[in-house]
Parts: sequence; C-alpha cells; structure tokens
Amino acid sequence: MSKNLTWRAGIALFCLLSAFVYLVPSISGELPGWWSSFLPEDKIHLGLDLQGGIHLVLEVQASKAVESHLERITEEMKRDLRKGKIRYRELKRTGIEGIDLSLVRASDAKTFQDLAQTNYPDFDIKSTGDMEQAAFHLALTAKARNRIEKMAVDQALETIRNRIDQFGVSEPDIRPQEGHRILIQLPGVKDPKRAIELIGKTAQLEFKLVDDAHSLQAALKGKIPPGDEILYEVSVDPRTGLRTKQPYLLKKRTLLTGEYITDARVQIDSRYNEPYVSLSFDSRGARLFEQITGNNIKKRLAIVLDNKVASAPVIQDRIAGGRAQITGRFDMEEARDLAIVLRAGALPAPVKIIEERTVGPSLGKDSINKGLKSMLVGGLIVIVFMIVYYGLSGAIADLALLLNILFIGAGLSFFGATLTLPGIAGVILTIGMSVDANVLIFERIREELRLGKSARASIDAGYAKALVTILDANITTLIVALVLFQFGTGPVRGFAVTLSIGIIASLFTAIYVTRIIFDYLYVERRMKKMWI
Amino acid sequence: MQFIKPGINIDFIGKRKAAFLLSGALIVATVFLLLWRGGPNYGVDFSGGVLIQVKLHQRHTPSEIKSALRPVHLDDSIIQEFGEKGKFEFLIRIRKTNVELTGLSEKVKEALGSAFGEKVDMRRVEMVGPKVGKDLRQKALLAIFYSILLIAIYISGRFELKWMMSIVMALSLAFVVYITSSFGMRITWLIVIAMIVTIGLCWFLRLKYALGAIIALIHDVTITVGAFALTNREVSLSIIAAFLTIIGYSLNDTIIVFDRIRENLRRYRRRPYAEVMNLSINETLSRTLLTSTTTLAVVLALFVLGGGVIHDFAFAMLVGIVVGTYSSIYVASPVILIWEGEEKRRKGKKKAK
Repeated sequence: MSKNLTWRAGIALFCLLSAFVYLVPSISGELPGWWSSFLPEDKIHLGLDLQGGIHLVLEVQASKAVESHLERITEEMKRDLRKGKIRYRELKRTGIEGIDLSLVRASDAKTFQDLAQTNYPDFDIKSTGDMEQAAFHLALTAKARNRIEKMAVDQALETIRNRIDQFGVSEPDIRPQEGHRILIQLPGVKDPKRAIELIGKTAQLEFKLVDDAHSLQAALKGKIPPGDEILYEVSVDPRTGLRTKQPYLLKKRTLLTGEYITDARVQIDSRYNEPYVSLSFDSRGARLFEQITGNNIKKRLAIVLDNKVASAPVIQDRIAGGRAQITGRFDMEEARDLAIVLRAGALPAPVKIIEERTVGPSLGKDSINKGLKSMLVGGLIVIVFMIVYYGLSGAIADLALLLNILFIGAGLSFFGATLTLPGIAGVILTIGMSVDANVLIFERIREELRLGKSARASIDAGYAKALVTILDANITTLIVALVLFQFGTGPVRGFAVTLSIGIIASLFTAIYVTRIIFDYLYVERRMKKMWI
Repeated sequence: MQFIKPGINIDFIGKRKAAFLLSGALIVATVFLLLWRGGPNYGVDFSGGVLIQVKLHQRHTPSEIKSALRPVHLDDSIIQEFGEKGKFEFLIRIRKTNVELTGLSEKVKEALGSAFGEKVDMRRVEMVGPKVGKDLRQKALLAIFYSILLIAIYISGRFELKWMMSIVMALSLAFVVYITSSFGMRITWLIVIAMIVTIGLCWFLRLKYALGAIIALIHDVTITVGAFALTNREVSLSIIAAFLTIIGYSLNDTIIVFDRIRENLRRYRRRPYAEVMNLSINETLSRTLLTSTTTLAVVLALFVLGGGVIHDFAFAMLVGIVVGTYSSIYVASPVILIWEGEEKRRKGKKKAK
C-alpha cells in the first residue's frame, strides 16, 4: 500500500478504535478491573425521559425571605429603642418595603436618626412626621433587598442539596437559574411524590406555648386575644384515611426555632411501636430549651412545623441536656423524611413548584425500545436501498453509515452528553441524512463517468466537486443545532447534541473513510469497473 | 439503478407561476386557519397547565375517566386515548392555570384509583406553571429567530462573498430588534417584524440567494405549522426542535441547488439565467429525490414505530421534508428569478433613457 494511504487508513483505524473504547462501558455489563484503571468507564447518560425521573423547577419566594428579615429587624429595633430609652408609639413592618416608626417625643428624633444610621445601614431613612410628632419611614435599599434575596436562593439551594444527598439519589443535578429559580433533576426516583414533598417542605420548626388562659371557643368565633394565633393539627387516620383538624390557641411568640438543631433521628417508641423523631440541640439551643421548659412547667408546649401543630405535650419537668422529641402519627417513611429535613435545616423562604415533569420508569423503557426499533427498521431500509441503488459503492456508504452510528454513541459518552428521546430521533434523522454526503459524491462520480472519464479520475473529480457543497449544506444544519443547544432545555438539548455529533461524524465517515476504501480499490488494486 | 435518467430536462422554472399559486394558497390557508383558531394549538409547555399520561389495567372510556375526576373538580379536563389500542393509556390535559399545580397529579391518581378500584400507573406528568410557559414560549421563538438570522448571515456571506453586507445586515437587524423590544412589544410581533426587516434588507442589499433561501424557509415552516393546526396537533418544545430541524434540512436542499447554479453560471455565461437555473435543478434532481427518500423512510419508521411521545415530532419532520424538498425545487430558485427580472427591467429602462 502506498505510504499516504497507509497513513490515512491508520488514522481512520485509530479513530475507530478510540470510538470503540468509549462505547464498551455502555455495551458490556461489567468491566474487568484492569479496564477501569486507565480506560474510560462512563456509560452514555440517559435523559430523564428515557430512564424515568423527576425534573423540577422551583421558585424561591424570595420576598418572603425579605419579609421575615424585616420582621427580625423590627424586633431588634424594638430592643435597641428600649435600650436607648427612646419611646415609640408604633413600630411595624410595612409590606416588604421597610419599617414605619412613630416616636412619642419629637425630641428623640435626632437620637433615633443617629442610632439608625450606625445600626441600620441597609435602610434609607425618611422623615414623615411634622413638628409635633417624629415619624419615620425606613425603606430597605434595593442593594440590601437583592442581597437578602440572593442569600435566600443560595441558602435554599444548599439546603435542598443537603436534603437530596441524604434522601439518596444517584447523580442528582441541582443548579440555580435566573429569576430566583432552582432547577432539580433526579433520575431514577421511584416515588416522585415523596421526593417532591421532601424538597418542597419549608421545614420551619417552631416551639410555641399553648394559651390555656383564654378560651379556644371564643377565639374560634373571632375573638382572638392579642398576641395569640390559631393553628391546626392535621392528622390522617391511617386506616380510614379520614382527615381531622384540631385547632390550638397559641401564643404568637416563637420561643425556639429549628436553627439550633444539630441532629434529628428516627426512633421507635417501644410502648406503641410507633416511630418518632428525636432532636438534639446545640449548647445555645439546649440552654434556651432548659429555660423554656423550666419556666413553663405544667403548661403545654406546641411543636409547630410549617404553621401546623405537630404535637403539643404538657411540660412535666425542666428538660436539660438539649434533647426533644416530635411524636405524631407518622409512618416510618414520613418520620425518616421529617428527620432529613430537620437535619438539613429549614428553607429560608417557602418554595413553589413552577414546573414539574415526571416520567415513570416503565414509559422510559418503552421509549427506548420503540426508539431502537424504529432506528433498526429505518436503518435497514436505508442500507438495502443504498445497495440496490449504488451496488458496491452503496455498500461502502452503508459501512460509513454504521461507523457513523458508532461514532455518535462514542461521542455521547466522550462529551458526557445525555441521550434523550428526541436525541434518538436525532440519531434516526442522521441515519437518513448521513448518506446524503455519499449520494452527492456518487451522483457526481456518475456524471464524471458519463463524460467518459476513468474510474480513478471520476472518483477524484467527484469527491473534489462534492466537497464544498457537502460542507455548505452541513454547516447550516450545524448552525441550527447550535442555536437549539443554546436555547433548548432538557430533551431538546439532547436532540441538538446528537444532531451535532451526527453531522460531524457523518462528514468524517462519508468523506474521509469512504475515500480511503475507494482509493484502496481503484488506486491500489487498480480496479477498472465502477459499481455505482 | 437510476430513477432519474441523465440529461433529463423538466421545465420546473416554466411552471413557477403555478407553484407560486399553490404555495401562496397553502400559506394563506395556514394564516387563515391560525387566525380562525386564535393561534397555534400550544401544548402545556407553552400554555401552562398539566398533562398526565396514565395507564389503566382495564377498559375504561374517556367519559368514565371524566366522571371519576368530578370529585376533585377536574372533570373539565380533556381526556384522550393515547398510543396503541388495547393498552388503556390516556392523556389527561388540565388547561386551568389558576389551580394550585402542586400535588395535582397525586389528586388525579387518587381519584382514579378510588373510582376504578385498581392500581393506576402514572406514566408521565408534565406540569408547567403559567410563568414558565411564557418563558419557554419566548425562548422557542428566540431560537427560531436566531437560527434564521444566523443562516441569513451565513448564506449571504458564503454565496455572494458579501461578508461585509451580511455584517451590516446583522447589525441593523440587531438594532431593529433592540428598538422594538425596548417598546415592550410582544415577541410574536417582534419575530414578524424581524422577518420583514430581514427580507427587506436582503432585497435592499441585493442578497438574492439569501432572500431565496429565507423565503423558502419561512414557506416550509409556515406550511408545517398549518399542517399541525389542520390535524389539531399540539405545538410543544420538541416540536419547535422539529421545526428548526426542518429549517436545517430545507436549507440543506436549497444550498445544494444554489451551489450548482453558481457553478453552472460560471460554465455557461451566455445562456439565459432561467435556463441555467432549470438545468441546475435538473442536474441535482436525482440527489434531491434520493436523499429525501432515505430521510423520509427513516422518519416514516419513526412515525409508525416510535410510539406516542415521539409521534408528533415525526409527523412534523414528515411534512417538513416533503415541503422542504418541494420548496428547494419550486420556491427558492424562482424567487431569485423574480429579482433577476426586476434587474433587467431596470437596466432596460436605463438604456431606453
């Protein structure tokens, strides 16, 4: 063989071999030990639509985070004013804009402004009062608002990541998106409902005292004592499935929150054989808890989770050591999930599911089977057609086609790309279109042969003339694929990826590889007759 | 084997008036159909709402499912049998966007389970909030817009070696888009305006090949959208991908014809333009039909065997390939000819003066 041809064949073989190496992990069930030590072992990733799973987009209600931040600042300010001996008539949060304040003595205005400027730099202070009365509106600056919102999203992301890690999902994909959104992809999750509940739960744990001094009945009729609120305990009877709602009259003030929790575990109550969640507090939380229980013996302490009462046991004694437990009618799974969310911490703001796509594993399998079947049938039609129409040359084009499919598979695992159902459609489409390059070349060769040229000369001219056209035609499709990749999501992206890989691979196989074979036959072996 | 005998000479260009009439009629029909229906039939991806694919184990009719959903107040959903017969698979579409979407699929599952007393297999749930639907719609339209823009730039640059012109075009288009979008215009209108500007610029800057190709593209996508509206299919995200692929495919065909025209123009300098064009179309005819046949074959396989989820995608491709093949013969090149006619008349007038 001529040196030039040997080189080209060598390069083609090398590419083929590398493609094969990248494909082996996806084909074979188990890899030998020596393989994974220096060769790729990643399988082709299957998209959620093929292997089943959940795709979620959450929106963090960041304004709620701003709200609770303002709430906290309001409390802090009350303390500061008391400390500074500034008496105020009213101090309250106004929506998510800021805080309104009116002072009792107009003479305190200057003192307050100094205090506010040093302690509360996040606010623009505007005087809304007159000579008689000092009143102020403290508006949260846009910069501070953005910071709080961004922090809320970052924290939510971190918390959700923690929860999913503890829930145990292989290869989850969690990433922030613009507009306070979080994208979550969980492949292969069997129980979507449970996973979604686990992710979406705010898990704001609060301890509040039950107000036994006032009448619950009167409160239910609308006479809620100041500083109180009504919350409900919702329980579902496991046998009848009946939901019951029991109201509680609680003191609004939160005595302790879940932020001091260091650990939460499921334990089984030996008497009733029911699971409960035991909590451990850090030292500060433990001190607070001891203080609360010590001061309120014989009163009821409600454990409130996301504004629902979980239980409200009577405090029998001062509890030291920083341990508490949440009982309730849980089944084992609920208890386990509750422990996870309490361990991972509360979300800084509630989240709302704005997009959910769930594909059951059975549908995914069906899709793969049907996709492969259509690929097989479509491929066979094309292969037979090419042989019938172009004879030996058609068979060479078919070889290029098969190699092309091989390269697409290898390309997918090389780039760590994801194969989706539209992606399979992309491969099928590529099968139809990839013979196009060879059709173009063969038609040119036929034209040259008709002009009376020799086989060798016709091949030369055919490839040369068709090349520019093939490149032009494929570059435009590649442009489309790139745009799709840029703007598409999930499945559409998968389509763009397989289409792009398919185009590039088809250029290689249909132009480069077939030329080697033709050159071998008609230059090396000096064949004279063209079967085309 | 050969389908198309060498030396064939069908008078495609001569029949361009009839072709224009046919294409025009199809496009007008599409526009009227869309106006009548109030826009394309958007799927949940774009309109927001919930789509649930369930598999039952016994025979039930859509109306039975409807009444089973009454207790959860979802009996105004659209129920449709899906996939192969005898598999008892159904699509449940909930178009309401004002209901709380979280946990809705679970409600449906429970309602069906308690009504039929059997295990309900939730095959697929797609829930898209109204805000997300709007975002996805914008993204999809932008994708269509950018691909047409990039292609216009590539073709005018590549075919007429007028890279400067195409850069001018890109810049002015970007400017127009910037101005109109700052007025807060709806993205649909933005696209329409951008299209008109693109065509206008091609005309004005004398980018005739780009003009032909872009008109062919718009023609293909419009007619495919019309076929979708006619058969009452939903436009979803993957269908947009199919539309863009049709753009790529149709362009592929068009470019191959254009390439041949350029080559033949150099070879036969003395022959009239229309004749060279017709010759080029005839010379590439064999390839055009062959590639369309193989592509059509595989897409047909996908259409028949690919299953419900990919069915509409395959349908779009099927229509697109047929229309794209037609347009590369009957639309793209004749458009250039209209232009050429104008040129000549103008030159003639100048001479007459």
